[in-house]
Amino acid sequence: MKWEVVMGLEVHVELATKTKIFCSCTTEFGGEPNTHCCPVCTGMPGTLPVFNRQVLEYAVRAGLALNCDITRYNKFDRKNYFYPDLPKAYQISQLYLPFAQNGHVDLKLKSGKTSQIRIHEIHMEEDAGKLVHSAYDDSTYLDYNRCGIPLIEIVSEPDFREAEEVTAYLSKLKSVFEYLGISDCRMEEGSMRADVNLSVRPEGSTEFGTRTEMKNINSLRAIERAIAYESKRQIELIEDGGKVVQETRRWDDAKGESYAMRSKENAQDYRYFPEPDIPPLSISEEEIQHYIDITPEFADAKAERFMKDFGLSEEDADIIAASKNLAYIFEETVKLCDSPSEVRFWIMSQVLYYANEKNLDLEKLSISPEKFAEFVKFITGGKVTRQAGKQVFEQLMFGGTDFDVAAYIKENELEAVEDTGLIDSTVKAVIDANPKAVEQYKGGGTKIMGFFVGQVMKQLKGKADPAAVNKAVLDALEKL
Amino acid sequence: MTITKEIVEYAAALSRLKLDDAETEDMQKQMSAIVDYMDVLNKLDTENVEPLSHVFSISNVMREDEVVPSYDREALLDNAPERNEECFVVPKTVE
Repeated sequence: MKWEVVMGLEVHVELATKTKIFCSCTTEFGGEPNTHCCPVCTGMPGTLPVFNRQVLEYAVRAGLALNCDITRYNKFDRKNYFYPDLPKAYQISQLYLPFAQNGHVDLKLKSGKTSQIRIHEIHMEEDAGKLVHSAYDDSTYLDYNRCGIPLIEIVSEPDFREAEEVTAYLSKLKSVFEYLGISDCRMEEGSMRADVNLSVRPEGSTEFGTRTEMKNINSLRAIERAIAYESKRQIELIEDGGKVVQETRRWDDAKGESYAMRSKENAQDYRYFPEPDIPPLSISEEEIQHYIDITPEFADAKAERFMKDFGLSEEDADIIAASKNLAYIFEETVKLCDSPSEVRFWIMSQVLYYANEKNLDLEKLSISPEKFAEFVKFITGGKVTRQAGKQVFEQLMFGGTDFDVAAYIKENELEAVEDTGLIDSTVKAVIDANPKAVEQYKGGGTKIMGFFVGQVMKQLKGKADPAAVNKAVLDALEKL
Repeated sequence: MTITKEIVEYAAALSRLKLDDAETEDMQKQMSAIVDYMDVLNKLDTENVEPLSHVFSISNVMREDEVVPSYDREALLDNAPERNEECFVVPKTVE
């Protein structure tokens, strides 16, 4: 039988406000345990939480960007549960009137296919504290620094059918929120967290199967693996005559498997009621219009423009535009040097190479467009080859703010070899040193050309124009 | 709705409260009285009344997003039944 996987996502995003949602403690990441706390966020009796104005702006702008209807009159509810990550024994959240509903996100998949994911609702709530379970004694240690950080929870409809849609959706949320400047969406630091609800059903069926929920998976790769594992587990279970049990499962990325946490039978009774401490919020038409007016250009529109104005391929344009910072570096550098294809080359090859290699957050890269443009002019002017340029570019990325492009090239003698005499003599030396390769060439082994060019480039430390070397090698071999 | 002994035990379990028999019986009476009063309220015609979202007719009580130095940790931890130098401490709770 062919099976269809059905998934829905609940995504928690920490908003980048300066202070917590209901008190004026800092939201800064890290810090000594319990030093970003006060009587409000540690749930002391008799304290009164007061709502942070900035949270509403960020939340509403997120809702508008995800094509939601904004609830003009919304309010908070109290979600009661007894677990020490929330010292009040309840979380202030929104159940009955969430601030945004009925949105959608359009996705572009690698195959070129498009798909649309509907958003059921988005609500505001407070984050919980961090628990450290001691390995040495029977205690749990509580750090409430994170307690009260503002969150929005984006609840999708069960519209996902494959893992690629899930990762494309999360990447899109990250991109949109970065452009809005409302969250840095770092999954590894927990500022964006995804819960995946997953069930399987025979292809063609319209009824949903029993779902499980996988909580807080902290990277896109882990999500792909968790989805593959959980769909296989459910399909095999059913095919062996078993039944899927509705439960919460925790993904262990190191082991590559998930395990059941607790059954939902008796634990999930939150006894919601209207939050008496926080008066309702009404949002005016003027405010909404203002947020619409200041909406930035998002990745999709930017990618279109990069293709049209700078001749980028769709794939390159999508990758560069997805990151607010990368798009900024690209566009500003192009303005200064007018060589979009060369700027594209260095971003797509070196920047992405290092970002991947060193696991860097593209949003935190700092590359000066002025220096990048100066560097590109060395390349396009034939003063430095791309080969030698790699060394310069690495410094451009990591050399700090004092890095001087021209001085570095000069000091390290990275200028291109324009002396054709030097190229010719190097070619001759390489040919003389490799009689076997010459024999191969004469025997029709034209592929050996690459070997000669490579040897010459190596001797010239990559500083000669590859086209010129190619020509010199060919000429020399033909003359033999 | 009658508040049974089972309902009291369930509500107590959700709040991690341990009630003895006398307390359970007492709670059963008190909760019943509260819920019975709801029955009185339910007799009112609320056809054209908006659900109440807050007891006062106020809205948009907000503060600016400005950091105020946090509280002295020592003073916060001082309220805890159990603590160490930097954390609140509770019996191990693993989900």
